[in-house]
Amino acid sequence: MSLLVVDSVGPATSVQDAGRHGAQRYGLTPSGAMDRLSLAAANTLVGNAPFAAAIELGPLGATFTARGGAVRLALTGAERPAAVHGEPIALYESFVLADGETLTLGIARSHVFSYLAIAGGIGGEPMFGSLAVNARAGLGSPYPRPLQAGDTIPAQPASSAAERSLDLPKPPDGPIRVVLGPQDDEFGDAVAAFLGGEWKVSATSDRMGYRLDGPEIRHLHGHNIVSDGTVDGSIQVPGSGQPIVLMPDRGTSGGYPKIATVITADLGRLAQLQPGRPFRFQAVSIDDAQAAYRGLAKLIRALPDRLQDAQQGTLDLDALFTANVAGAATNALDS
Amino acid sequence: MALTIPRMLPSGDAAITVEFAREISDAANQRVLALDRMLTAHAIAGIRETVPTYRSLLVHYDPEQIGFDALAQQLTTLAQSPIANDSTARRHWRIPVCYGGEHGIDLEDAAATLKMTPDDLVARHAGGDYRVAMIGFTPGWSYLSGLDPALAVPRRQAPRLLTPAGTISIGGVQTGVQCLPGPSGWHLLGRTPVRTYQLHRDPIFLLEPGDAISFNRIDAKQFDEQDRAAEHGELIAELELS
Repeated sequence: MSLLVVDSVGPATSVQDAGRHGAQRYGLTPSGAMDRLSLAAANTLVGNAPFAAAIELGPLGATFTARGGAVRLALTGAERPAAVHGEPIALYESFVLADGETLTLGIARSHVFSYLAIAGGIGGEPMFGSLAVNARAGLGSPYPRPLQAGDTIPAQPASSAAERSLDLPKPPDGPIRVVLGPQDDEFGDAVAAFLGGEWKVSATSDRMGYRLDGPEIRHLHGHNIVSDGTVDGSIQVPGSGQPIVLMPDRGTSGGYPKIATVITADLGRLAQLQPGRPFRFQAVSIDDAQAAYRGLAKLIRALPDRLQDAQQGTLDLDALFTANVAGAATNALDS
Repeated sequence: MALTIPRMLPSGDAAITVEFAREISDAANQRVLALDRMLTAHAIAGIRETVPTYRSLLVHYDPEQIGFDALAQQLTTLAQSPIANDSTARRHWRIPVCYGGEHGIDLEDAAATLKMTPDDLVARHAGGDYRVAMIGFTPGWSYLSGLDPALAVPRRQAPRLLTPAGTISIGGVQTGVQCLPGPSGWHLLGRTPVRTYQLHRDPIFLLEPGDAISFNRIDAKQFDEQDRAAEHGELIAELELS
């Protein structure tokens, strides 16, 4: 058994997977990765199932050291400096961290979350089928809390497999798509203000919810409704008129009216928006939202087909990020 | 009498809110729980999980297996079928509560607001017959229906950021059993040593939506004893099957 030792780590860094489902009726929120496509990409690169548990890294830097043997890793999501003993490590490409070597990750340059997957997955005890951290409920493994310096993560020793790289379709850059409701009738004309406004993610956002700065959204009949169920992406509007997009650590029910719901295919993109960066919402039909859902699911299932042998030492990051695959992206997401 | 047709509201691309009422209503909650039971008995392919609340049933589903219109149609049909006679709770829990003092710091203020003595408030609260209307917000937080309307009291102006595990409180026309420490804008009447959510215990979740609940008063010494036993995994709550 190898170990990945956490030498230093910023806040909002935790083990996540696809979350634990089936107990929302008891008030247990699913948790799980903020950006599922990036999680799936990292896992695919090291040969894991797409939603195996991996390390979700917040925007600050971190360092990890392999102990007791080598481990194979892959880093996806936010662009950030990554190096082993001063040698740059490419994103979206698997690599081996030899026994005693240290991986140094810098601050995210774009986006918010990165995913560090370990070949063979993370050793831990699943609860309700998941290792995802939900600190409030005391759940998560190997630690039921965000990672801290000194933590050790059990891992499989690296095999002699060849390194792989992966290019994802360029993500759409347009508005964040929503399906209106379930309580858009509580807002009247304010729905137009919501759809027409320019929004920014507030710096006070976290894994429970993203607070949005923008026009004040007024309710027709006050902000208290009788609690009902929430989903990932529910956009609730409290009395302040400042919407909150509920994220995977949300409460399972809430008593504020929900004007709209971010579509599944765009939730990871919203999660990756840095605070202060302007964006807009766009209402789409349920049919269009579900087509995008199926497109994302298909893309994730087909990630192994996109793997290529890594060309070590000749990687051009710019080329990787601007690779002409937009056409494929459109097909995969819209079909 | 024909049952009203619930509203089928989209909660994004992978969930439907089946809304029976916009207000807290015992009749609506009965229909929520009845539909929930029907979906357990007659599974619809593509449904992932259901979340009952006071007035609606949230149905999570897989859009790769079933679309909104097809699912909404099936749910509409089911929701109008007659509610079976077994809709009364079959499980009845007796939950001990230590009212007032350090365990219920709002008892006296709430009684003053309601223009009754603290003893009167406790007697009315402990004398009620309740049902778990929904469990939500945080693990094990059980919202009950059946509060004596004379005990309805506006929520606190400023919510408390931290209230203790096991808090029994009232707010608006609602009462509830809170499991984990957390924020609350309700009035704290007492505490129970019962854990409605406890890892490494069987069952992890004690209560189910629809269960009947009654409270019995214990003193602070009994609370301490039962709290220690509960910490080691004892259920403490007494179950009667009816």
